[in-house]
Amino acid sequence: MNPGVLTVYRWELRKLRSQKRTYLGLGAAALVPIIFVVALATRGGGPNDVAFGRYVHDTGLAIPLVLLLFGSVWMFPLITALVAGDIVASEDRNDTLKSILTRSVERHQIFAGKILATFTYAVLAIAVTGAVSLTAGILASGFNSIVSLSGTRISATEGLGLVGASLLVYLIPIVAIACIGLLFSTLFRNSAAAIVGTLMFSLLVQLIGILPGFEGLGPYLLSTQFNAWQGLLRSPIDWAPIVRALWVCALYGFPALIAAGLIFLRRDVAGD
Amino acid sequence: MPEPAPIEIRGLCKSYGELVAVDDVDLTVEAGDVFGYLGPNGAGKTTSLRMMLGLIGPSAGTVRLFGRDPQASVRALEGVAGFVEAPSFYPYLSGRTNLDLFAALDGGGAKERIGEALEIVGLSHRAKDRVGTYSHGMRQRLGIAAALLRAPRLLLLDEPATGLDPGGMRDMRDLIRDLSGQGMTVLLSSHLLTEVEELCNRVAIVREGRVAYQGSLAELRRQAGSGYLLRTTDDERARQIAEAQAGIGEVKMGAESGLTFSAESESAVGALSLALAESGALALELSPRHATLEDLFFRLTEGEDAEAAARPDRALEGAA
Repeated sequence: MNPGVLTVYRWELRKLRSQKRTYLGLGAAALVPIIFVVALATRGGGPNDVAFGRYVHDTGLAIPLVLLLFGSVWMFPLITALVAGDIVASEDRNDTLKSILTRSVERHQIFAGKILATFTYAVLAIAVTGAVSLTAGILASGFNSIVSLSGTRISATEGLGLVGASLLVYLIPIVAIACIGLLFSTLFRNSAAAIVGTLMFSLLVQLIGILPGFEGLGPYLLSTQFNAWQGLLRSPIDWAPIVRALWVCALYGFPALIAAGLIFLRRDVAGD
Repeated sequence: MPEPAPIEIRGLCKSYGELVAVDDVDLTVEAGDVFGYLGPNGAGKTTSLRMMLGLIGPSAGTVRLFGRDPQASVRALEGVAGFVEAPSFYPYLSGRTNLDLFAALDGGGAKERIGEALEIVGLSHRAKDRVGTYSHGMRQRLGIAAALLRAPRLLLLDEPATGLDPGGMRDMRDLIRDLSGQGMTVLLSSHLLTEVEELCNRVAIVREGRVAYQGSLAELRRQAGSGYLLRTTDDERARQIAEAQAGIGEVKMGAESGLTFSAESESAVGALSLALAESGALALELSPRHATLEDLFFRLTEGEDAEAAARPDRALEGAA
């Protein structure tokens, strides 16, 4: 069988498994929830000014939800950018593009494999945060029911499902960030520039969101889509922010991905 | 129908803005050739190789490898392998894992050839070590191993001996000789003239992106002419006699003593010798002087011939 996208994807994952930055990102995704829970347990109180912040001592289900809110500022964009910004640029750094582009797989297959590996890593990072924060939260605060944003009480089991669904919805803007990271990685051919660029883009969009006079842009900013999951925690479920997140994030992600793909497919691999 | 040539390049150009890196190159490498692609740094050798491997697109012209276009698809690289500049690997993976990766991207029986390729280049004992710990020479050898995974019929090697110690250079030459002996066509880009002289049967010499000469080494030497060196008791008198002698040409005074000239035949040299003796300018030394590849290389890349080669209408005869 001829090698194709799946072969590239498998080997991109293999390469990620061998790189420190992968573990740096996943380590942060695991460590931050633990630090958060330990801090809550030892210092008492809680982030009462954010959604579900007042429930962090009542139920472990609140912990991942609060972390999703905090993490959207820089943590998850940074963790995503660590791999997305590096996955093409590292080939330039190691000068390995010429090695893989002269084998028996086409450029578009190489690029597709890299996209899939980037998304896989992003999913894994969110899954790690979710799993660790849920485990640590339940150990610290118990597996209890949670109060929805509409004020209704949700059973622990149903709440667990909604937390899982929230993590999935959270992936929508994360994937858009990953696409932007891929674009910068392809464009800049420099890991540091691409990672910092992706993070700066994320922070810039958030800054626009809080600037006076730009309130009308809020629903269409990428940063706003990080809150779309909150629609799941309403009774009844509010799908509008989730649907909006889907198309708004597509508007950010697809052009970035297409631009990255075109650059990758057409570029000269001249070793400069 | 005969199989197309391993490499056939027509009118190949590559420009970067005002800079013309490769300028209207025509090149044909026949099956079984060990073809030397010679030129000073910046002559456009590596850029040409990158175009041959489909890594960069030409501004104009065509490259065909066994009749296939590497710009269209990597399928054109079937049976083709090699590296441009230094071979590159993932430094955080072992040599073996790097080869595993390349073999996976090659498909076919590449994976089964890993052990043999490592044996051939003598890296079996270090295969499990990270490439980041390899010396330059080991990476060069691993580059050859990576190329051999593809069981190539055409091997493109860009400066394969660069950075190697004398032993490594000898090993690399032996390896290329062995591969050629197995019927592999090799294009060897190099500025190591002794290496090319020792290994190659045909050469192209490039200067400022243009092919200044293309053909066999023997033909190149013939074109350069077998000259003679003459030292006499009166070189100035000898020069006058040589210039007047039929069948003798290109008489030039040497930098310190003696003179050089070319002759149409050995009998013309004999006649000159007799004329010198009769004139009293007695010959102290008269010896044939064969141009080395180095002489020819510098003539074509730096000397008057280079200026001629730079003008298409006056390129050396034999430049295809």
